[in-house]
Amino acid sequence: MTISRPEPSRGAGAKSAIEVFARRHRLRPMELLPWVIAIGVYFVFPDYLALGAQVLATTLFGLSADLVLGYAGIVTLGHAAFYGMGAYTAGYLAAHGVGAPVVGLVAAAAVAGLAGLLSGLVILRTQGLTLLMLTLVVCVMLQEAANKLTSITGGTDGLQGMEVSPVLGYFRFDLYGNTAYWYALAVLFLGWVFARTLVYSSFGRSLTGIRENVTRMHAIGTPVFSRLLIVYTISAAMAGVAGALIAETTQLVALNVLSVDLSGTILVMIILGGVGRLYGAFVGVPLYMIAQDRFSTIDPVYWYFWIGLLLVLIVSFARGGVLGLIDALLRRLRGSR
Amino acid sequence: MDAALSAFVSIAFHGVAFAMVLYLVSVGLSVTMGLMGFVNLAHGVFAAAGGYTMSTLMVRYGVPFPIAVIGATLAGAALGVVLERLLYRPLYGADELDQVLMTMGLVFMSMAVAKYFWGPTAQPFYPPAALSGQLDFGFRTFPTYRTFLIVSGAVMVTVLWLGLERTRFGARIRAAVDNRRMAQSVGIDTSTLFTLAFALGSGLAALGGSIGAEILAIDPAYALEHLVYFLIVVAVGGLGTIRGPFFAALLLGVSDTGFKYLLPEFGAFFIYALTLVILLWKPRGLFGHA
Repeated sequence: MTISRPEPSRGAGAKSAIEVFARRHRLRPMELLPWVIAIGVYFVFPDYLALGAQVLATTLFGLSADLVLGYAGIVTLGHAAFYGMGAYTAGYLAAHGVGAPVVGLVAAAAVAGLAGLLSGLVILRTQGLTLLMLTLVVCVMLQEAANKLTSITGGTDGLQGMEVSPVLGYFRFDLYGNTAYWYALAVLFLGWVFARTLVYSSFGRSLTGIRENVTRMHAIGTPVFSRLLIVYTISAAMAGVAGALIAETTQLVALNVLSVDLSGTILVMIILGGVGRLYGAFVGVPLYMIAQDRFSTIDPVYWYFWIGLLLVLIVSFARGGVLGLIDALLRRLRGSR
Repeated sequence: MDAALSAFVSIAFHGVAFAMVLYLVSVGLSVTMGLMGFVNLAHGVFAAAGGYTMSTLMVRYGVPFPIAVIGATLAGAALGVVLERLLYRPLYGADELDQVLMTMGLVFMSMAVAKYFWGPTAQPFYPPAALSGQLDFGFRTFPTYRTFLIVSGAVMVTVLWLGLERTRFGARIRAAVDNRRMAQSVGIDTSTLFTLAFALGSGLAALGGSIGAEILAIDPAYALEHLVYFLIVVAVGGLGTIRGPFFAALLLGVSDTGFKYLLPEFGAFFIYALTLVILLWKPRGLFGHA
């Protein structure tokens, strides 16, 4: 897997490597764009806040998947396992008297993180198709288990009787999705700050190294397995938080949160945006979800034909997703100058 | 005791019939994934195409069963050639994530197309008169159609094995799986070889999809619904082999039937657990290259 990224500027001369490194990771103005848009959407499209909150929560899920897929190079078809565990954890707590949303998020992160750690311990020793199959199998096993453990999950009927209390005891969830939107946005922002710090740390660089050349990383003494295990656990916890967000804002948890379909869809969404760029999820998830919402309004029966066509066209004409396309266009513009 | 034995025979029989369908559909996936290193999540599309072609030929045009099956196989192979040339070929050697994206897009489109032309419900399946009813084996009777499935599966395994081991075409494929560059250097036209292998794989999938429609019903979601099983067969069997998917399909088919018969509440859970254990024990599958 190769992902083009800016070369470190050579011949920096007197400047130390650390300085170059630090400047490269300084916040660029473009990076604030998603947040400006997200706040703008609140004022421009007040009727779409419920969908907006779902898009924000799913973006967090996408961001978590990008950490393992884009940075560590772990191709997973089972990330919904952690998302679903988070959703069920928050849902179960809310249905059993613990309705504080933030408590739900923390508990979901803990449970999903633990699941990530335990499954990662076993499956991350493999790679390629085997790893893909193992992630998938873990996900379907959890879904089967959730289907049977009706006393906890409600089985095919879904989890009943969630009562989510106001956020921080003050902001009540309303019908229009105002609270849900801001709550999801705040959690996503924290998740982004965390992920950004992580990928630009030396830990994050070592992950990229593992993705690009695992043999060499072994050779220079990187503890590859434990690095992968740590990022897998972190990503699982983050996916759990995203699942909990969806559960709390929609007050609904059903078996599909653990499905392989969802695992595949989130993968498709971030590839659509561009993987290993931190912002792939911010582009791909809204694009996919809005396209799905529009297509299913225009053509409720065959909307997935148009989604499929969109994916095929993206691959045919824009390898590396939408962000890859933008990069290529920018490069061409600069080149022609 | 007699009941237990009878249950055992039943499980073995129906399990093997299911295994043959799984094998026919998945073997092409194993070869193309092993040969081209292509993550093809859309393989089930060819099986579904076969099933739809067969039922359309039989129901709408009154074509007899054997000819409809041949037609379905050829249609699957033709679809394979077209898609390989148009969509798959540009992605050989590309990032596997792009392959995932393209093939998922293909699955979505195929689902919508199937729904548009054939409606949302499963296709009816009418076995020919000669293959319906029960067949008396002396000690007990078995459904004739399932017996036919087992026999055709066994024949196809033999034909494929002989074809791959004993013909020049088979030798070329094996050479390209083992070392594509070396195969090119000794003058094998791998480009044509890939198209042929792809057509063969999709044709087999269409064959499996059409005759297997009795077990895996043909509906618009076919390619997505059974994808996990096809992938399990390929991963457990090992990439790029003919033999691997056969034993993997047998294992999966028989144990799936057995678990669903003996422990219906737990559904497919044990199958997945078994897959997990096998892949941890042999990460490259039971017959994969070391």
